[in-house]
Formats: sequence, C-alpha cells, structure tokens
Amino acid sequence: MKLLFEKSVPGRRGVCSGPSDVPTTINISDDLLRDESAALPELSELDVVRHFTELSRRNFGVDTNFYPLGSCTMKYNPKVAERIASYPGFAHLHPLLPQLRMGGMLTQGALAILYDMDMLLREITGMAGFTMQPMAGAHGELTGMMIMAAYHRDRGNNKSIVLAPDSAHGTNPASAAIAGYRVVSVASDEHGVMDMDALREAVTDEVAGIMLTCPNTLGLFNPHIREICDLIHSVDGLAYYDGANLNAIVGKARPGDFGFDIVHLNVHKTLATPHGGGGPGAGPVGVGEKLVPFLPVSIVVKRGDGTYALEYDRPKSIGYVAPFYGNFGIILRAYVYVLMQGGKGLARVAEHAVLNANYVKHKLQDHYASAADGVCKHECVFSTTESMAENGVHALDIAKALIDRGFHPPTVYFPTIVREAMMIEPTETESKETLDAFVAAMIEIAELADKDPDQLKAAPVTAPVSRPNETAAAKNLNIASL
Amino acid sequence: MPFIPHTAQQQQEMLDEIGQTMQGLFADIPAELLPESFNLPDGLSEQEVRDRLADLAGKNSVDLTLFLGGGFYDHFIPSAVYSIISRSEFYTAYTPYQPELSQGTLQAIYEYQSAICRLTDMEVSNASLYDGGTAMYEAITMALRITGHNKVIVDDSVNPIYRVMIHSYTKNLQIDLEETRCADGLANRKEILDRLDNQTAAVIVQNPNFFGCIDDFTDLAEAAHEKGALLIVSCYPTSLGILKTPGAMGADIVTGEGQSLGMPMSFGGPYLGYMASRKKYVRKMPGRVVGETTDREGRRAFVLTLQAREQHIRRDKATSNICSNEALCALTALVYLSLLGKEGLRETAQRCADKASYAYQRLTAIPGVEPHFKAKWFFNEFVLDLPCEAADVIARLIEKGFAAGFPLSRYYEGMENSMLICVTEKRTKQQIGMLAEALESVL
Repeated sequence: MKLLFEKSVPGRRGVCSGPSDVPTTINISDDLLRDESAALPELSELDVVRHFTELSRRNFGVDTNFYPLGSCTMKYNPKVAERIASYPGFAHLHPLLPQLRMGGMLTQGALAILYDMDMLLREITGMAGFTMQPMAGAHGELTGMMIMAAYHRDRGNNKSIVLAPDSAHGTNPASAAIAGYRVVSVASDEHGVMDMDALREAVTDEVAGIMLTCPNTLGLFNPHIREICDLIHSVDGLAYYDGANLNAIVGKARPGDFGFDIVHLNVHKTLATPHGGGGPGAGPVGVGEKLVPFLPVSIVVKRGDGTYALEYDRPKSIGYVAPFYGNFGIILRAYVYVLMQGGKGLARVAEHAVLNANYVKHKLQDHYASAADGVCKHECVFSTTESMAENGVHALDIAKALIDRGFHPPTVYFPTIVREAMMIEPTETESKETLDAFVAAMIEIAELADKDPDQLKAAPVTAPVSRPNETAAAKNLNIASL
Repeated sequence: MPFIPHTAQQQQEMLDEIGQTMQGLFADIPAELLPESFNLPDGLSEQEVRDRLADLAGKNSVDLTLFLGGGFYDHFIPSAVYSIISRSEFYTAYTPYQPELSQGTLQAIYEYQSAICRLTDMEVSNASLYDGGTAMYEAITMALRITGHNKVIVDDSVNPIYRVMIHSYTKNLQIDLEETRCADGLANRKEILDRLDNQTAAVIVQNPNFFGCIDDFTDLAEAAHEKGALLIVSCYPTSLGILKTPGAMGADIVTGEGQSLGMPMSFGGPYLGYMASRKKYVRKMPGRVVGETTDREGRRAFVLTLQAREQHIRRDKATSNICSNEALCALTALVYLSLLGKEGLRETAQRCADKASYAYQRLTAIPGVEPHFKAKWFFNEFVLDLPCEAADVIARLIEKGFAAGFPLSRYYEGMENSMLICVTEKRTKQQIGMLAEALESVL
C-alpha cells in the first residue's frame, strides 16, 4: 500500500481556514524562520479519510474478533466511555485552570471524578491512597520504584536490590533499573510459582523490595503470597504489586490484604479502557498508609464545605511524574466502567474471566502441552507437544495459522521460562460460542501439525502481508520516509 | 450483567464441563486473605452513568475565552480527525506485536515518524512517549548513555512544568542537573557557556520558550558539540509551520508536547511526547520504532524494529522501561498533519503569530500595560507587565468570561505583575478586542 507521502499532489489542500480577520504582518525576523515549509503531504480531506480507512482495514482490534493476547486483557471497551470522554465539559478543559487564583472552582467536576476514583480504587485494591498521574502501566512501575526509593531515603536505609521473579514482565526489571536499583531474578519452582527457598536466600538487608504480579504470568495464584510479603517486610523492604493481572481477582480479593505496599493498575486492562494500538493507557498507583506522604503532587482533596481542591504542599512527595493529573481522559473512561460495574459487577468480571480461561484450558489440554496443572486464574499457558516439535512446528506457526482462521493469536514466547509458550487470556467479555470456535480452530491446527505441518509453515495466507522479514528491517534500517 | 455474555445456563454448562464450581475456581486464594466485604456502590445503567457524568461535565468551566497556553493549546481540530481515530480497528487494537494483523497501526506509525522528521528536520523519530515532560527526561537519559557524561544544563526558559518533572525523575540518578537563569527572555548564553565542560552530557533549551520568545540555538549546538555534549531542544510542533527547525540549528535530540497536533486539552491528557534524533543515535533511542521491510512474497510491510533496545528483550538493560506509549495520539497527530498538509500547517502557524502580534499591539496600547521583555521576537505567546498583581487581574477577568493568561509568579520569582498571554488561530479579532476592553476595565 502506498504511503501518505506518495499520494501527495503538489498544491492540493485538505482543511481550508478562510481569510484571516487580522492583518498578516511579518512580525518575525527572517533568520528565525524555516527556509521551506515542512514536506507534509498535500491531500484533500477525502484522500486522507480514504487512506486511513484503508489502513484501518489492515488492522485487527477487539471489535474485529477474539483477541486472546495473554497478559494484555483484551476485553471489550464500552462505547459509552468514548462518548462521555468527548463531552465538551471534559475534552475542552484546560489543565492549567486550577493553577489560577480560585481556579479550582472552575474544574470541580473533573476534580470530583479524580477524587472519587481515588476512593474507589482504594476500596478495590485495599490501599490507603492513590495517584492518577502515571500514564501507563510501566510508568506506574517507575512511579512505584521512585516512591520505594524515597521511602528508603527517608528511613536512612541503604538498599540497592530489587527482586523480581524470572517469570516477570520485562517492564519490572527495566523500571527498577531506571530508578537506580540492581535487579536480582528469583527462580520459579516446578509448579511455576516463586521458589520459596530461592527467595529466602535472596532476601538480604540490601533488598529494597520485590515486584510481583499475582496471579503470575502463568496464570497461577501463589498461595505463599502473604509469606513473601512478610519476608520482604522483615528487612524493611516493600512489596510492589504489578496490577497487570488484576482482572483475575478484581472485586474478589485485594493486593492490600495480601501485604503489598505499592500497587499499580493497568486501567487499559482491568478497567476496560481501549489499548489504542499501544496507548494511551493509565497506570494509577496506590500505596499503603506509611507511603502516602511520598505520593506525587498534586493530590485532590475534599474540603469541609464539600468542594474539591488540589494539594501541592507535600514535603516528602517524589514530585511530579506527569505534567498535571495523568491521562485524565483515560481515567475518566475507567471511572465510567467502575460506576457501571459496581462492586458486584467487578466480582463477576473476575469470575467470568477465570471461568473462560479454565474452560479454554480444559478444552485444549489434550491437544497442547499445558505449562501448569490444576486451576488457573485469568490466563493459561501452553507449549507445543513433543510430536509438534518433532515436526518442526513452533508456537509462531500456530499463531500465524490462527490468523487465517480469523483470530488474533495468543501471546507467544512469553513467559520466557516456558518453551514455545502460548499464553491465552480470553477475558470475561467473550461468549461461549466464541470460545468454542477458537478451541475448534486450535484443535484443527494441532491436527494439522501432525498431518500437514507445511500448511502451518505457509500461514498466514489471508492477511495483507505474511511473515515480514524482521532481520532485514533491523539491518537495512528504514524508519522514516524523508 | 454489563458486558458479560454468558447466560446462567451457559455458565453452569461450562462449570460442569470443567468439573468445577465458581467457588472452586477461587479456592487457591487462601481464605484468610479475602476481605469480608467490599464497600463499593451498586452498578449504574448506561443512562444513569451518562446523566451523572453530564452533570459533572457541567461543573467544569469550558465556556471561558482562552488566552491561556503555557505549553498546552486550544487549537482548531478538524472534524475528520475524530472521525478517523474513532475507527475501532485502530483504538481497540493492542501494541502491534503481530505484524500481519497490524499493518494499519504499523504503517501509520511509520508515517508519523516520517512526519515528525520532516517537521523537525531530523533523521529519526520513535513511535511516541507519554508527554513533553517525560520525553525530555528520556532525552536526558539518552544523552547520558551516548556521552557517558553526567552533567545536564537546563535553562529556566524551558517550561517549568517539564523542569519540575525532570527534577523528580533524576533524583535517583547520579547526575548533576544545573539550571541557568534566562537573560531578557532568551536562554542565557553566558551562564550556559560558563557551565559547559567536558563532563556535560546535554544542554536543554526550548523554542519558542515558555515566555513565547523565539531563539536560534545554532551557537549553543556548536558550543555543546565542542565539549562532546548534546543539544536537546524542546519544540512546540505547531510553531514549526514557520519557525527555523531544531534540525537546522544542529540539535541532537528534539522532544516536545504533541498535544497541539489535533488533541483536545482534556484536562492534562492523554497527550503525546514526541522525540526525534540523528540516525547515528538511533540505537540509543528509547521507545518503539517501526521500520519498513518486505514480507516473504516481496510485498512492502512494516514491523516493530530495533527491539533489542526494549524492555521485553533487554529487561533491566533496556534503553527505557516504556511499553504502552501513546500510539493513538501519534495517529491523531499524523491525521491532523495530513489534513492540514504542507500549506495548512504553515498557514495555521502564521495565523497564530499574526493574531498574537495583533493582540500584543492592542494590549500594550492600554495605559500601564508594558511588554516584559524588550524587542524580542515571539511566536504566539508573550509576557506583559501589569501595574498590579497579575494573579489578581486574571481572577477578575475570569468573572468577565476570560481565561486571560497565566500568572508567572507561580514559577518565577520577581514576576508578580507579569502574565503570559497565548493567542491561537482560534481566537478572533473580536475576542481579542473584548479582552483588551475587559483588561483595561479591571486595571
């Protein structure tokens, strides 16, 4: 397909703004101006609309079909949230208004939402206070690590190590490292959860904290979770809960009750805001009582007269991690979702997410090698079977064959501790009919892996492109049309 | 139940099939860890939630005439922008890990990277960062990696919001972050050159700067390069419709807030951090990058590339921890730039400058109102000195329906009577005239 720039016709205009109502003056010195206008495409409005419509047809979203991408919680994104976010009272609100004298009164609606969301998230997670500033899950992790560092600085602790399981998302070690910590990986045991002996060995006075998802990336709830938190606390470390997998327990159990000190939520996972093709998301961070003073500024508070205000004077705060109040438009969508679900609805979300994952796990376990026995939570992980491996069939081939059958593939090759991993997270918004159709496709593929592996190697044949050459992309780097 | 499809009968069938009860599926969570109950409200219907949120939206003052900018701008957004980015094939997709199902997102990001390079006159761009402030922080860590130096000099004409953010982020790093005090509205050459040494990783400046003043940093780029340091320029992208580009000035890393490219102000986000750089530094750049390649039948195809820099491969050795970025906002910026096109962006930028210039003339004609900086070129913001406290004047103008500007005393000592005024292409001659009358009446 042609690029926008290749469709450009010199002299063609899209949006026209009409004559100006003020005189055009040369009010800027020539040597401060650019020599030539930026070489942006010259297209009509219809040209642009057609180009992007064509691009959208070369894309796959949750609205297209089943998207069981493990660890990403690709649930349905309610349309009402999009509509509400576009209300002029939210979309046209300037973020600097509250910094004007008495300006907080100009934004009471927005501040009320931030405050109320703080209260709801406290109850959902069992934490004592939240910041809405982090603009993605990984940004929440970094904020959490900065809070951890500020806590230890305040206590005069000399800590340099953050622990993370070998099954952790890559963002965990990356976030800890960026905050200045050395990351030590803790091995999983034969059941796929953290090895307690390995952990006991790793916990020293040097340990600032641990980062964990719970359930973990194998979809397993670690029964020793309280003990892990206690062990970390015994050296004045802090336990960080990566909320990537909260959909498994939302409305049922709370990380605060397990003993975690810091929590982030991926609202674009659990709270149904759209992923946007890779953001924008939001990663609100909650903390236990002793860490509240370290939260970023500003914080929304409710005053005696029922009005809301922003509090900036918090001497122990780590400062600003976002220019204002985070991705307000995304927090707003998540707020709409929580209000619609209510407490009972959220519990049902977890129940049905877990039911769907176990249903798929049960249906596929005779056809693929399950990475863990027993009940899973929100996702299940499979490997290729021995006979598939003998036929040279890889997880990638299975993924590509699913594309030809109308499904988005699961996450493949993660977690890295599982050979040829295929990580399936159905979410609660998928019907039994959809799950059955997916299972049937997976079984058909498993049979082909024995009978006709070449057909899988040829997949996908229905997509606009097939197995692009990634090595060539990195070697002959072309990342901009100039 | 909202958004859950199973009927009670189907739920039972599924449980029977797997030989479980709903309780049994959660039996792995130790009972002593479960809360007795949740104090959460009952769910609302769509109609109830829309009514409640419409009520809350009504408590926000969005009918003020905005002369408030400060890095976040009220620009005109063509209707087709919203229409295109509302296609759910874009907004309900995940990060494009499966290229066969993501050519739409991938090609759009490649085109976005191209548009950012063309706008800034740089060679490479990433797929987006969170906002202008985090982009500046990422640029700092990139400069530390490239140079191996540990000192960073930032002039205080850089947006104070970004400066407080980079202070937060660098607290745990072993770096020496030094601020220079701008000289009559422009980056302070003398102080910067005095501090610039062979331990300097980067000099950070902004164009137009926080006061709206326009500068040319060619001299600073040369001086920085002589010491083995990089020049980081934060740039308001709309201004690049007419202003000299950071690429032409010799900048090494260009960052900025992309909100002005088609995103509503939305009370602070979601926005768009953009970052562009030189090809030689591309492997040190943070964030996703899309590259062009071919598929096995030789067709043009786009993929995520240079992933060996990223957290999901390199873990604690990655160039950044970023995963989700602001892909839909990058798409928004691309659609906006395509609709305006080469001439439209130039025209928008010129009109911002024209209207600001007109407002400047009208407002400085008011007795007692003086320009704060002498004989400086400005883009679409400028600083005025009032005969009394600016914060108070602004508060009085709110009562008359104007968000007339930003009181600089909030971030700058000794500027109690100064206000920053912003004029975008959306403001009319009539609105500017009414602001002038209102200002005169409250002084």
